[in-house]
Amino acid sequence: MSVGKPLPHDSAPLHVTGQARYVDDIPLPANALYLAFGKATIARGRATSVDLSDVRAAPGVLTVLMPADLPGDCDTSPSAHDEPLLSDQVQFNGQPLFLVVATSHLAARRAAVLARVTYAEDTPILTIDAALAANARFEDGPRIWSRGDVTAALASAPHLINGRIEMGGQEHFYLEGQVSLALPGEGGEMHIIASTQHPTEVQHKVAHALGVPMHKVRVECRRMGGGFGGKESQGNALAIACAVVAAQTGRPVKMRYDRDDDMILTGKRHDFRIDYRAGFDATGRLSAVDFTHYTRCGWSQDLSLPVADRAMLHADNAYFLPAVRIESHRLRTNMASATAYRGFGGPQGVLGIERVMDHIAQVLGLDPLAVRRANYYDGSAISGPGTGQRYGGLHSPAGATPRNTTPYGQTITGFALHDMTDVLAQSADYTARRAAIRDWNAGQPILKRGIALTPVKFGISFTLTHLNQAGALVHVYQDGSIHLNHGGTEMGQGLNQKVAQVAADAFGVGMDAVQITATDTAKVPNSSATAASSGSDLNGMAVLAACDTIRVRMVDCLATLHQCAPAQVRFADGRVQAGATDLSFAEAAMTVYQQRVSLSATGFYRTPDLSWDRIRGQGRPFYYFAYGAAVTEVVIDTLTGENRILRVDILHDTGASLNPALDIGQIEGGYVQGAGWLTMEELVWDAAGRLRTHAPATYKIPATSDTPPVFNVTLWDRANPEATVRRSKAVGEPPFMLGISALMAISDALAQAAPGAYPALDAPATPERILMTLNRMRAQ
Amino acid sequence: MNIAFLLNGRNVALTGIDARTTTLDWLRETQALTATKEGCNEGDCGACTVLVTDADGTRAVNACILFLPQLHGRALRTVEGIAGPDGTPHPVQQAMIDHHGSQCGFCTPGFIAQMAANHLNGDTDHDTGLSGNLCRCTGYAPILRAARAADSAPVPDWMKTDPGVSGSKIPPAGPGGDAPLPAHRPDNADDLAQLFAAHPDATLVAGATDVGLWVTKQNRPLTRMIFLNAVRDLQDIVETETEIRIGAGVTIARLISLMDRLHPSFAAMLRRYGSPQVRAVATIGGNIANGSPIGDAPPALMALEATLHLRRGNARRTLSLADFFIDYGRQDRAPGEFVEAVSIPRQPDHLRVWKIAKRHDQDISAVCGAFDIQIAGGQVTAARIAFGGMAGIPKRARAVEAALIGQSWDTATLTRACAAFADDFTPLSDMRASAAYRLQVAANLLRRYHAETTGAATDIRGITA
Repeated sequence: MSVGKPLPHDSAPLHVTGQARYVDDIPLPANALYLAFGKATIARGRATSVDLSDVRAAPGVLTVLMPADLPGDCDTSPSAHDEPLLSDQVQFNGQPLFLVVATSHLAARRAAVLARVTYAEDTPILTIDAALAANARFEDGPRIWSRGDVTAALASAPHLINGRIEMGGQEHFYLEGQVSLALPGEGGEMHIIASTQHPTEVQHKVAHALGVPMHKVRVECRRMGGGFGGKESQGNALAIACAVVAAQTGRPVKMRYDRDDDMILTGKRHDFRIDYRAGFDATGRLSAVDFTHYTRCGWSQDLSLPVADRAMLHADNAYFLPAVRIESHRLRTNMASATAYRGFGGPQGVLGIERVMDHIAQVLGLDPLAVRRANYYDGSAISGPGTGQRYGGLHSPAGATPRNTTPYGQTITGFALHDMTDVLAQSADYTARRAAIRDWNAGQPILKRGIALTPVKFGISFTLTHLNQAGALVHVYQDGSIHLNHGGTEMGQGLNQKVAQVAADAFGVGMDAVQITATDTAKVPNSSATAASSGSDLNGMAVLAACDTIRVRMVDCLATLHQCAPAQVRFADGRVQAGATDLSFAEAAMTVYQQRVSLSATGFYRTPDLSWDRIRGQGRPFYYFAYGAAVTEVVIDTLTGENRILRVDILHDTGASLNPALDIGQIEGGYVQGAGWLTMEELVWDAAGRLRTHAPATYKIPATSDTPPVFNVTLWDRANPEATVRRSKAVGEPPFMLGISALMAISDALAQAAPGAYPALDAPATPERILMTLNRMRAQ
Repeated sequence: MNIAFLLNGRNVALTGIDARTTTLDWLRETQALTATKEGCNEGDCGACTVLVTDADGTRAVNACILFLPQLHGRALRTVEGIAGPDGTPHPVQQAMIDHHGSQCGFCTPGFIAQMAANHLNGDTDHDTGLSGNLCRCTGYAPILRAARAADSAPVPDWMKTDPGVSGSKIPPAGPGGDAPLPAHRPDNADDLAQLFAAHPDATLVAGATDVGLWVTKQNRPLTRMIFLNAVRDLQDIVETETEIRIGAGVTIARLISLMDRLHPSFAAMLRRYGSPQVRAVATIGGNIANGSPIGDAPPALMALEATLHLRRGNARRTLSLADFFIDYGRQDRAPGEFVEAVSIPRQPDHLRVWKIAKRHDQDISAVCGAFDIQIAGGQVTAARIAFGGMAGIPKRARAVEAALIGQSWDTATLTRACAAFADDFTPLSDMRASAAYRLQVAANLLRRYHAETTGAATDIRGITA
């Protein structure tokens, strides 16, 4: 059996030798062309004249395309058809004005900066307040979901707090920048090889740009050098640009963004401001909470609506909110369009309620963990008949109203965090360490330590319900080797390896029998983005379905041939037993082939039991939830605000893990990325709307020495109560939010540095923000 | 320009190359050696890390800002050449597989190159040794486990011999050919002095860790390049009873070794200067002559009362390092004049150097402060304090020094001295920090110096859970 084994990433031997091929590594014919965008240098207005004479005269330049040279608008948007490939209407600083076509990447880049452009400038809308004042937003007004009478509940609450947290955006910083390659075919066909999480979207957008049906366009992706959501929609522009030029010239065309261009042009995580009012009792248990979310979506809609929805959907995190109101403003600003990023709004929503928990604890003088636990949803109600809601009202416990319904009306079953918190608090020695830290701090004038335990409950499924589907294509060749294909894309998460493990088990063969192949819209159509942590849930099931189809055909064929019952045909250890006959899997495949039975099948999966009304904010958007919890200890320097993570303990729920090594990799990597978001990664725009942090020199993601020196990760390895692939759980996004414990630990340290004041610490908690927060606390 | 070097053990002789060609572009676009990746094209991510070997040993460097002429006479090993000739994985390659050190795999070849260099050199401080390689997937934990696991494996034979060794096997470069840009590679300081005096418009290139960006990012026009890495007589460190003279061509890596012995706090700060790849090639002369307001070595050198040695043709002069920096972008250096060396007086170590940045490793300072304060009998007898990031130039804090000297080393003096920072500095706000933060932190670093003398814990890196 392969499932459940900690096998290395399937490409690991290729990674370490440099043989793993990325789009930019593909050899091209000598007549290939290369592209670069000429970018606007204002944030809002109109380019009244664009003098391209120097651009055209630059060495290696073949031609330059202006908007009028495109076949139509060549829209690049995944949603609202509001992103022209090129435009003289400038909506953010960096917007592509023209497209340089040259004989080399360098020639295109060097020429692209030589245009002389004059502008009629408008005042850009850059801040939340400016956008609110101008009513610059997506949708008519804010989305509002509520339950209960929040005003009355707040008015009658024994304790009230109100506050605000600002949290920054985040650059994906996938190590491989955006890149696309177009190879023109015959009769209007176009073959795109792209670094994309969403080949079908690229296919759709390229077909639209070229004015051809989708069947003319084939999109392939073997692997990405990182995605994190940044390659869900942000690669469309490059693929379209390549396809348009390839169609016009009949030559292969490649485009990749230089790192600075990538950071200036592409979207990032949405930054959020969250205002809150909360009412609670003396134990910290909430009676009501009122959230207002504000997010800067940038110049186009992109995926901002579902991102902001998911922030609302995670405003509860792990906590029962008896009366709740969530108001969400999706603001249009003259900045790069914010986009999908690991967690897709979830982390922002979770951070809002975690701030509330931290704030309540400080007001009441309680351990924040006690406040968190006091607000947890009711525990698991699925351990047996008669113990819970799942089995109907008759058997529900009498008395108190069950605290297990989310603000959007989904009943929580299998809530694992009570047990997980117990186990983690004990393994991390949370209580004793918290006390020891307080003792230590009392003797230290300069350095202060802090500790926090925060939980995560993350909803698994696309909230746009129709996306919860996947397809697969599996071939068994006559020599018994297996070709595996599905609609998911590989960006480092190990999806292909997990799915191959599932396939190998389905046929009882070893991993070496299974060949993983590039994602290809010509093999599996109408795929969804590999996003929302759904990759192995959806594609694993689709592959399993395809394998089952083939296996059933093999069983029927072999049972007939060897005159045994179908139940007597068994696949294990690379052998097939059919009654008394023992065949190698290869012999079995050859036999079935010779009996003229198809050894190729598609598979399909749709997630069951979903229903969701995003306007009312009601339904069951999620098939299940993934859980996790982390304890982080930090130290801060009260003279400089410098800070460091000292130790992290994580317990994370992966269901019955398909591959524990890959899952631990997602958890460790997700934590560090989440902690990076909240501590050191800072996006800075200037007053003219220029991104000042557009390279790794100025935008700092965690480096080696930022990884926690003590980093204990344990899997909560229990079968998923829902019928997912081999009872596993999604793991891509949920661990990202474990990084919130780092911010809360810094808050704990600050609270001890200036007792009596609440830190109200914003993110990212850079040294400067920590020191300025301390200044404010000391002035109170 | 014509050059010759070893590439994964085979001779390469190139004629008429454009001296601005980066090793990365050349490998990927002309040699079909695509294991070496472009992540940022500015030496900040390490995805393009390769190994360069010469008489001084093997080190990992960033190929994206390594101009081809810098390879002349050396041996270049890319990730394609790190496994054994029969395909046996290098121990770091096997460890990265075994410990799940790759996810998307794009940063992995760069890590492998850096890890192989560290393994070869017996360097087991992996936090520092891998700080120039960014990974966005793993959070580094499995990479560190892999590096530690490989520590005990012996260096494979193929790493000790060909193609890691340069020298006699490398053919001489051919005669000069036509090239798009005049370029020179003098091999002694006298020739350099002649050349530069004759061509004061030339760009001097030592490590290319800054000039590289002029080419890859800024499209700056260069009219002529003079490569300095063959000028061995600029690379000497000469120690006498009274002073230490450091040649302009001494790399930051070598400066660290020197300062480990003389001024350990300076060495500790320099371990955060750039990355291992940058420190392996960046020179102290370049760091000074560049004139950056935040170059990290100048404040420390100024607190040590360093003297700068300049040369133009056969004319030499010296000046206090502090006087070299006139204003933002302006130094006291005539056309055709270059930094020959910097010297510091031999002195007891009172130096503390602290760099404040958003990230501990490989970040550009918001503030870098250097303090040399001497206390005798509770009185401050001498104080030399200098800062980077606080003005348009690295600058001495004369008012702060004056507020300290002759006073008792106590909190009252400290308070007065801290207030004097506003007399010395009017810092700017930028993406790294606000002016208010810079000013407050600069003063607080003086408080840190004081707190250290009282025995309080002040170093977050010294704390363990």
